[in-house]
Amino acid sequence: MFGNDITIPHLLIFFPLIAGLITFFIKKDTSVKAWSLFSVFITLFISIASLYYRNNAALSGLTFNYEWLKYMGASFSVSLDGMGRLLTFLTAFSFPVIFIATYRNSYKNMKAFYGLMLLSQAGLMGVFLANDALLFYFFWELALIPVYFLCSRWGGEKRIAATFKFFIYTFTGSLLMLIGIIYLYLQTGGTPVSDHSFSLQAFQAVSLIPSQQNWLFWLFFIAFAVKMPIFPFHTWQPDTYEQSPTAVTMVLSGIMVKMGVFGVIRWLLPIFPLAVAKFDNVVIGLSVIGMIYASLIAIKQDDLKRLAAYSSIAHIGLMCAAIFTTRELALEGVMIQMFSHGINIIGLWIVIDLIEKQLGTRKISQLGGVAHKAPVLTIMLVVIAFANIALPLTNAFVGEFMMFGGLFRFNAWYSAVAGLSIILAAVYTLNMVQKVFYGDTNSLTDLMKEISLNEKLVLGAVVITIFIAGVYPQPFFELTKDTVAAIGTRFK
Amino acid sequence: MMFGGVFFKSKSTPKYWAIAGLVIIIIANCFELRSGEPFFAVDVKYMLSFNSFNLTFITVALSCTLLYFLLSGRDVEKVGANVSEYFALIFFVLCGVCLSATFNTLLILFLGIEIMSIPLYILTGSDKRNLKSNEASLKYFLMGAFSTGIMLMGIAFIYGGNSEGSFFINNISLGDGKMPELIAIGMVFIMIAMSFKVSAAPFHFWTPDVYDGAPTVFTSFMATIVKVGGFIAFIRLFENSFGKVHHQWQMLIAIIAAATLFIGNLTAVFQQSVKRMLAYSSIAQAGFMLLAIFALNDAAKEGLVLYSAAYSLATIGLFAILIKMNDYTIEGFNGLGKSNPVLAVTGTIFLLSLTGIPLTAGFQSKLFMLMAALRNGHQHWLVLFAVLCAAVSAYYYFKIIQAMFFKDAQVTETAAVEIVTDITPTFKILLVLTAGLIILLGLFPSLLTEWLHY
Repeated sequence: MFGNDITIPHLLIFFPLIAGLITFFIKKDTSVKAWSLFSVFITLFISIASLYYRNNAALSGLTFNYEWLKYMGASFSVSLDGMGRLLTFLTAFSFPVIFIATYRNSYKNMKAFYGLMLLSQAGLMGVFLANDALLFYFFWELALIPVYFLCSRWGGEKRIAATFKFFIYTFTGSLLMLIGIIYLYLQTGGTPVSDHSFSLQAFQAVSLIPSQQNWLFWLFFIAFAVKMPIFPFHTWQPDTYEQSPTAVTMVLSGIMVKMGVFGVIRWLLPIFPLAVAKFDNVVIGLSVIGMIYASLIAIKQDDLKRLAAYSSIAHIGLMCAAIFTTRELALEGVMIQMFSHGINIIGLWIVIDLIEKQLGTRKISQLGGVAHKAPVLTIMLVVIAFANIALPLTNAFVGEFMMFGGLFRFNAWYSAVAGLSIILAAVYTLNMVQKVFYGDTNSLTDLMKEISLNEKLVLGAVVITIFIAGVYPQPFFELTKDTVAAIGTRFK
Repeated sequence: MMFGGVFFKSKSTPKYWAIAGLVIIIIANCFELRSGEPFFAVDVKYMLSFNSFNLTFITVALSCTLLYFLLSGRDVEKVGANVSEYFALIFFVLCGVCLSATFNTLLILFLGIEIMSIPLYILTGSDKRNLKSNEASLKYFLMGAFSTGIMLMGIAFIYGGNSEGSFFINNISLGDGKMPELIAIGMVFIMIAMSFKVSAAPFHFWTPDVYDGAPTVFTSFMATIVKVGGFIAFIRLFENSFGKVHHQWQMLIAIIAAATLFIGNLTAVFQQSVKRMLAYSSIAQAGFMLLAIFALNDAAKEGLVLYSAAYSLATIGLFAILIKMNDYTIEGFNGLGKSNPVLAVTGTIFLLSLTGIPLTAGFQSKLFMLMAALRNGHQHWLVLFAVLCAAVSAYYYFKIIQAMFFKDAQVTETAAVEIVTDITPTFKILLVLTAGLIILLGLFPSLLTEWLHY
């Protein structure tokens, strides 16, 4: 699988994979933590190195092709384009943040927990790198399995039922996609050794009549919609986020939902342009309904985790709507927003986790006045909350502004209705900030202490990223320029 | 073999003889497959045919039996006193499997199927003092005899309908356009009898009772090697004799497959006993294998061999674990992850393979099946239906995984109950090897399918 030279995509997939497998055999809990932290930092380093490759030059270091199942035309083909680099960087960046933020948490059977976490990282990397449909499907499922075990083993009280729902939803979606993949595969042209091919290029070259595109579109879209999640496929999400251990929730909401968004951009748009043009109103309509619906529910939530979960549905809905406008402006917005949303939501989970760890509750009604006791935490949270509402200067502003711009050009009405969700986001986010952090302390929140140094560092890193991406988003656009342009040309 | 029992005092000797004999057959078989030169040139008068597909399949069946002996050989010895008879009967069954994999005339097919079935009636009832075992045996025998009758009748019809009066399977006069009535009736009769043997709905009613009643070691054998043996006969017969009029009976198989998938999966969801659940799951898996007969192309044949291997490996492994359990209900698996991590992890891999999760052989085999069925070009609804059923199957397979890892063992007032008994290190190593084999096939299915091209 390596051929003659080891490329960056290899390292991104196999390093976490091997590190994860090693983790299962480490005996001491402290060394498990140290080893996992070390390995995710190495992965981050590799990923940063990948950012320095220029788009056109030195492509040999970024793509790799190995004939894996020769007679079937499936290959172990991985490559890094702009979007791939952005999302692998997000994955590589998030894991150290997550590990440091939850460093003091202790779990039963520590080695299995960290081992599975690293395996899920490897699976995610694979999804973002795969250039072959079968390989993509492999990793798509492989990212799911460790997360399934993590949630059901270390989650909250109702974890088994919640995670099972999550699993069945996504598994059904994936199987539908599998049919779609096989069907497309049978339409592709041959390679020298096989009748058909699973490669992305071959899939894009297939010419399908509109009716084929239409039903294949839905087979793929349901799989992605479950993952994102898009209304009405979202019902697994709040339960799973609530019941999962927070470190896993961060992975789920920060990175795994991007798998769905990524899938739509990488696979759905280029392969089914006619169906996308046909169903754009349906999908955007569903997304906009989901945004408003989720925002309204978020206002009524008393549990911080559920609030963040619904807020996440609303944000993802906007991304999905923006993608289906197929305007380059909106797509650029989606790119930066994929990264920003990951960072912001992880920041939010870290704060929620810190509060829960110290006070043992996530109920907004039981909290209040935390700002008196933990001013640094509050400052960090307020910045993250502003980013969640997408105020100017924060990273989310750039992305949301562009997405709304694209949506407006597509259809002003959608944009107007979707715009309501910004107001609603301000309502629930500020309401939460006010009730939890300001006001008088009560007997419970009197116990609150200031956060420790490493927690400050992590939140500091999140906040700095928020500002950098908010003030100077240019590097992100340059990074993902090629992907956006490639999509744009298909829809002109 | 059978008389061996008279000479050997030691109880475990038959097992070693069996293993040694099997290894020799496998090596001979592989050699023939590779070189195309048989060891003994027996004149079979065109009654049997040996090609790479048949031989590969026999290799798979024999290797699975070897694995079965290695994993569960000790448990075979525990069933009763007549150890060498059990092994001898299993060899008879294997002989039947080989015949039904290589038959070239309807008579040999009939012989093969019967040699396969009759020892099974005995094995099912081998736990003589157990009422359920006796009941299962009787039920199996009556139903089996009935299906044999139907099959014979079908063969008779075909013989009668043949203008030249021949039993050769590729010599049946199918006529132009529509099949002659006699042949059509005969074909449907044979289809019914074969569906019975592979426990396809609506001829599956014997399966749960027989699998549940038989001693668990023999259930393991019946549910895997014998079942895939039935499938090989099924696909060979229908490809060689009725392949040309594929479209005329395709719908019938599609309906049988859909019904099998539906009933197997849905009933398995409600089972409390893991043994019974595996019986229904074997029906469900049979539904998937029927897709190969439905599609009847090259991908289907490759897929069937792969599916046989993947399904047999996982099921034999699971049954081997199940035999060691003290409590056959799903609750009985609670806390296995803590007390016996090796068993639990390998068991999980077997279950994931049965579900069809990537990285396991089960995924590749399901992929081949779906590919074959889609390539066939008709009846896309069946594929969609099969996939939805596979999603249902995740439900009951994962219930066991949940029990093993996420639930704690029941604790009685005095002490925690022993969940498993009699685990040797060799057993664990074998389980790990089996699981490794499943993953290897999941990554590189060509290791097996390439054999077909020799």
